[in-house]
Amino acid sequence: MSGINEKYKAIVIGASAGGLFALSFVLEELPADFPVPVMIVQHRSKDQRDLLEEVLQSKCRIRIKQADEKEKIESGLVYIAPPDYHLLVEADRTFSLSADEPVRFSRPSIDVLFETAATVFKDSLIGIIFTGASNDGAAGMAAIKKYGGLTIAQDPAEAQFPYMPAASIETKEVKHIWTLAEIKSFLLKISAA
Amino acid sequence: MSFDNKELKDLLESIRFVYGYDFTDYAEASVRRRIEHFMNARKIAALEKMGKMILQDEKLFEEFIQEVSVTVTEMFRDPSFYKSLRENILKRLATYPFIKVWIAGCATGEEIYSVAILLQEEGLLNRSVIYATDINQKSLQIAKDGVYPVENMKTYTANYQKAGGTGSFSEYYKAKYNSVMFDKSLKQNIVFAAHNLAVDKSFNEFQLVICRNVLIYFNQQLQNKVISLFYESLCPFGFLGLGSKESLLFSDKRKNFEEVDRKEKLFIKK
Repeated sequence: MSGINEKYKAIVIGASAGGLFALSFVLEELPADFPVPVMIVQHRSKDQRDLLEEVLQSKCRIRIKQADEKEKIESGLVYIAPPDYHLLVEADRTFSLSADEPVRFSRPSIDVLFETAATVFKDSLIGIIFTGASNDGAAGMAAIKKYGGLTIAQDPAEAQFPYMPAASIETKEVKHIWTLAEIKSFLLKISAA
Repeated sequence: MSFDNKELKDLLESIRFVYGYDFTDYAEASVRRRIEHFMNARKIAALEKMGKMILQDEKLFEEFIQEVSVTVTEMFRDPSFYKSLRENILKRLATYPFIKVWIAGCATGEEIYSVAILLQEEGLLNRSVIYATDINQKSLQIAKDGVYPVENMKTYTANYQKAGGTGSFSEYYKAKYNSVMFDKSLKQNIVFAAHNLAVDKSFNEFQLVICRNVLIYFNQQLQNKVISLFYESLCPFGFLGLGSKESLLFSDKRKNFEEVDRKEKLFIKK
């Protein structure tokens, strides 16, 4: 897998119902100096301001933080979209937030992060879609593919809520349909490269 | 449909030159999404074509401005903010004989009525004036009308209660068909006006300025400029309230403010 580390500069992950388990499982072994920034939209309640970050951090070695507006996107960090805001990637590789209307009933929306990240990171972006009961993320995955990025969906057969990865797969823009274990070992290969 | 940053920048420059609306210091990704949305809805494929259309057609430009500058909000959005506003700020404002509040970027008005209700419940509304401003005329008109969909009231009522509301939320509005209209008594001391934070100046002195989820749409330079505008518009020991993910980080004036409530982004001018 040499070269994989040079090719990919950013990873975006979308997760909805059942996402906490999937995220912890895939992220827990990532080393603290993981060479590629990871940006996540997990659909979440707006009343729980930092709970998701705290729970994930307690399981992970890599630093987990809620993304701040204007923050520079750096490796060795897992960024999570704050509750009740869309998370967007700017051309200068910083974050911005928006309180625009929900997209596919969601704020933060996976599509918004994926589409803006795709236009910035183009073919150096990896997009991963996890379990969920929403079709959010399908348009985002198509955008990543359009810009030459790599698209991966969790195998709906093992997903706690298969609808969301299935909706992405239906667009025919998904390159790999993998189990969480396969996704995890792929990410660990990036860090070993 | 896709366009590069240079094309977008050129368009925003032309708009500034022709119409005086300045979006050049806005965070690009959101503006881009909104413009794409505008183009999709009208089946315009190329940015260049859309640029020509809006630069020649003032009516279409009005629609463009309305869509690109629209913001959505809700009543008592982030109830803990309003709770802190009531407990930490309004109690102190009560010592003023006359209270002037500026709600900058008031959008469709949900925040204005939330603040008016708080002032009412603290017995301050009759000696307060709320200046409510926005860049978007259509949003301002909705704010002025104070009419909102009835289906939102369930969320708003829950927010109101979490914000420490002391009365019964339903007493502040009358429902008719699928809409509710907020009570005239809340509106009597509100002044609605168009104001563009990117280009317009300070117009009064206030004890409280509230500007939530507006700065996130601006780049660092414009954030700095607007915070300075707020600083100049506040009386000594005046209060500033921002959105939950906003900060004074990019402001030259950050040392001229002290935190009143760190989590709720409430500040006092030193």
